[in-house]
Amino acid sequence: MIPAAFDYLVPSTVDEAVRLLADAGEEAKIIAGGQSLIPVLRLRLADPGKLIDLGRIPELRGIRDDGDAIVIGAMTTHYDVQRDPLVHDHASLLRLATDTVADPQVRHQGTLGGAVVHADPAGDLLAPVLALDAELVVCGMDGRRSVAAKDFFVDYFTTALRPEEILVEVRIPKHTGWGAHYEKFNRVAQAWSIVAVAATVRAENGVITDARVALTNMSSIPVRAHAVEAALIGGPASPGAITSAAAHAAEGTRPTSDTNADSTYRQHLARVLTSRALTAAVGA
Amino acid sequence: MRITVTVDGTAYTDDVEPRLLLVHYLREVVGKTGTVVGCDTSNCGSCTVHLDGRSVKSCSVLAVQADGREVTTVEGLARDGELHPVQRAFHDNHALQCGFCTPGMIMQAIDLLADDPDPDERAVRHGLEGNLCRCTGYQNIVRAVRDAAHRMRPGAGPEAERVAGQMVGGE
Repeated sequence: MIPAAFDYLVPSTVDEAVRLLADAGEEAKIIAGGQSLIPVLRLRLADPGKLIDLGRIPELRGIRDDGDAIVIGAMTTHYDVQRDPLVHDHASLLRLATDTVADPQVRHQGTLGGAVVHADPAGDLLAPVLALDAELVVCGMDGRRSVAAKDFFVDYFTTALRPEEILVEVRIPKHTGWGAHYEKFNRVAQAWSIVAVAATVRAENGVITDARVALTNMSSIPVRAHAVEAALIGGPASPGAITSAAAHAAEGTRPTSDTNADSTYRQHLARVLTSRALTAAVGA
Repeated sequence: MRITVTVDGTAYTDDVEPRLLLVHYLREVVGKTGTVVGCDTSNCGSCTVHLDGRSVKSCSVLAVQADGREVTTVEGLARDGELHPVQRAFHDNHALQCGFCTPGMIMQAIDLLADDPDPDERAVRHGLEGNLCRCTGYQNIVRAVRDAAHRMRPGAGPEAERVAGQMVGGE
């Protein structure tokens, strides 16, 4: 299986990339790490006339400290996210979820920005980005703008990114000292999540003072489990409190039914996995 | 598009179509048929090579993405007629049945050992998650990787693979 022919453009700056994208119009597709796009091209599910590769733009790689947030360049690989000390200290939920993405080879080549913009509802990095209240910084011909994660994901494989924009960085408010866990349910190694739960919790003296929970593959976009968060905050970090909070996990959700799981089973999984994720996050 | 890629220590310069996959470049242009195409859908890992010292599935990388970079295939591991310790361990532990997954298994095992010089069984299985053995011969593969780890202490990193290359022109 060989992709259809395309022109290949390799900008060396963000400004150049945005200009190429504006000039090329709808026939252009951005390639980041290519770990989702190249299989799609090979299967000829997509046939872009032009491919714009962001892989040679140094300013899009790397992770920096920016006061109350850490900033991750869109082209930073999963492998680099996994090993970064800033991510470890201030966004451990993202690190733990990244550990579960695909397999080592894919994590060497795939990027955080690529995964976020691809917006696969079963992708493992959307829920952590949503749970951590990240801001997605995008750039177009008119300059940069910032979009909150809760407004960024629009539908299956669809984001608030405009056709002439690229994602340049992911800003994550520091969650220093928070416990975290990503609980993923899939059938076999390197399979997509049937359902997964991203949870991060702050506890002091046995009391949960803050909590963020988001669900993977319970909708066309990642969803926050606000009812779970509300039930946890101010209560004890105890098994009983966690179980009763987790019972709210599927409230308001209408997950899809497919060959892996029907809707009711997905709701059941959301409750069970939320309980497990919170238990691990509190213990962490 | 003209690319220059260092493969197993030798630099090759070739004109390629942008849509050419790295695995097809290695096999059909450079002639490194030790790297095989398995599933064709980035699941099986049999096409695993190292790109700048880290494992990738070469069916899911464009040759043009490797421009200016360094690729190591299973053919570039042996030195002076001596197998790489991981190759030797696969041989000694009979870590293959049909052998089709072996090039990818070996390349991924070396990558794993670069990060974790002494993985336990669980860590080996997790580290080889992206490589499938259609004969289900995993027991001896895991054994071989742990055996290789013991032979190679303190571990083989990307530097251990680097060989002095000389520039040669492509066809």
